[in-house]
Amino acid sequence: MKIGVTIFPGSNCDRDALHAVELMGAEPVELWHADADLKDSDAVIVPGGFSYGDYLRPGAIARFAAVMGPLEEFARDGGPIIGVCNGFQVLCEAHLLPGALLQNTHMRFACDRVRVRVETTDTPWTSGCNVGEELTLPIAHNEGNYFADAETLARLEDEDRVVLRYLENPNGSANDIAGVCSEGRNVVGVMPHPERVSDPVLGSDEGMRILRSVLAGARV
Amino acid sequence: MVRPKEGILDPQGEAVRGALPALGFGDVETVHVGRLIEMELENADDVDSMCRRLLANPTIEEYEWEVVG
Repeated sequence: MKIGVTIFPGSNCDRDALHAVELMGAEPVELWHADADLKDSDAVIVPGGFSYGDYLRPGAIARFAAVMGPLEEFARDGGPIIGVCNGFQVLCEAHLLPGALLQNTHMRFACDRVRVRVETTDTPWTSGCNVGEELTLPIAHNEGNYFADAETLARLEDEDRVVLRYLENPNGSANDIAGVCSEGRNVVGVMPHPERVSDPVLGSDEGMRILRSVLAGARV
Repeated sequence: MVRPKEGILDPQGEAVRGALPALGFGDVETVHVGRLIEMELENADDVDSMCRRLLANPTIEEYEWEVVG
């Protein structure tokens, strides 16, 4: 299985993500922002960082990078995509996920390990978890405060599209939301960083519960 | 001019509002912090489209624009 990792100017979790893909036993594929195709990737990780310096709004400029065209097509075709942190912000700006990430309500950068609960296993990125399973994952963000209008939030809850929920809300997110999925369920966005806890040498490999899930759906 | 939509939490505005009384400006009821974008262009036909597609995020922000000079 080939797993692509997009690299924008200012991405800074791309190496971690590529390393995690190797540990998963899959083939890591670097997807440069100017690339016009996904190089036969079977799944794509949009990693964290500060793409384009977070200028204008986080993700606002990355959303128009060349690689996003084929990525949007891949999303429409049901390809599994996960956006982590800045990647989540990029996918919201690209309208592949609903809502937006606002500045943390306490106005401070949130850098911590937080407990989250897996709310649905009906996504390619949580299919290997259990509903209600709790994970400890790192967060590192200034704009992680998930916002969507009341109608959208109600829909996300009704359609079982909240993927991860904080046990203790670190940033003001609506409904304690740490991650959501698209209507087609194949596109997932999460603020916590599974790739930063993908190897026991990093102190934990709990993030692999999420990342490895995608292997189960591998198109062989 | 791009600013947070009405009803969207604006922590920057809140922080500024909280700081003003310390300087003796006690009667400020609300503060909203937005951003001002200045552009030079030949004609303004596409400005609204630019606002909707890139300069503002309509999910969380509102915008207004004018031609000056």
